[in-house]
Amino acid sequence: MIHVFAFYLFAVITIASAVTTITARNPVHSVLWLILAFFNAAGLMVLTGAEFIAMLLVIVYVGAVAVLFLFVVMMLDIDFAELRAGFVKNFPLGLLVAIVLLAEMVLGIGAYRAGAMDLGTPDGAAATPAGASNIEAIGGLLYSRYLFLFEAAGIILLVAMIGAIVLTHRQRSDTRGQKISKQIMRRPDEATVNVKPEVGKGVQL
Amino acid sequence: MIGIEHYVVVSSILFVLGVLGIFLNRKNIIVILMAIELILLAVNINLVAFSSFLGDLTGQIFAMFVLTVAAGEAAVGLAILVIYFRGRGSIAVDDVNRMKG
Repeated sequence: MIHVFAFYLFAVITIASAVTTITARNPVHSVLWLILAFFNAAGLMVLTGAEFIAMLLVIVYVGAVAVLFLFVVMMLDIDFAELRAGFVKNFPLGLLVAIVLLAEMVLGIGAYRAGAMDLGTPDGAAATPAGASNIEAIGGLLYSRYLFLFEAAGIILLVAMIGAIVLTHRQRSDTRGQKISKQIMRRPDEATVNVKPEVGKGVQL
Repeated sequence: MIGIEHYVVVSSILFVLGVLGIFLNRKNIIVILMAIELILLAVNINLVAFSSFLGDLTGQIFAMFVLTVAAGEAAVGLAILVIYFRGRGSIAVDDVNRMKG
């Protein structure tokens, strides 16, 4: 009973906050509604027993992506009223596309329920071992069968990080940075002179 | 009892809302990026639901990879948005014709 109640609670809040995400006047409010949507989607995933992905969703989306969105929205000085000008004009076309897509999906679900497609049975290679928790099973699978994909994901993140830095970095003329090539090209004999002055006499440079 | 159909219905509604968001906010690229995040969330819900109802963890592994790509996409998209704003002082994307593509 509580399972059904929790499912409908999470599902309704997720969909309602998705609606307000795309219709809110202020993008800051949009980001906050998006955070709520992700939280409740994580709740939906916890209900199916996928705790690790749910916690990952909270950490990655709420902790990183949503904060990045908030940062950019608040940093840029944008006239949001002007950006909403086409909202009413685009509404009928958007609704038409949405209804067509939804009808297709309802058709697909209906076909699935009628037994049109055989999903097959899993071969058991990726099943959760008896007595193992969700995160244990995922770790075991990720570091053995999907090791190369996992490393490829790391490379994707590295490329995204370098790309974001390269895109937004700019050389400023009013700051004094470190000139590494000049530092490396310095030779000790050009830079310093070794002198052994006698006591009481000065040093001649 | 909650079955797989319930999850598929929720994720398809979320997906359609994401597509609708792209159409409604055609000028505001920030909301477009958020709508794309909603679409990817719908995909993730679908993957995770099928994974646990079929008893096969592959879906959850792939949900993790979708999450990785979504994070990278958000970072690069917002970086492009920042340099676009720096150059034009606006983020209206319905008249992007700088590259004459």
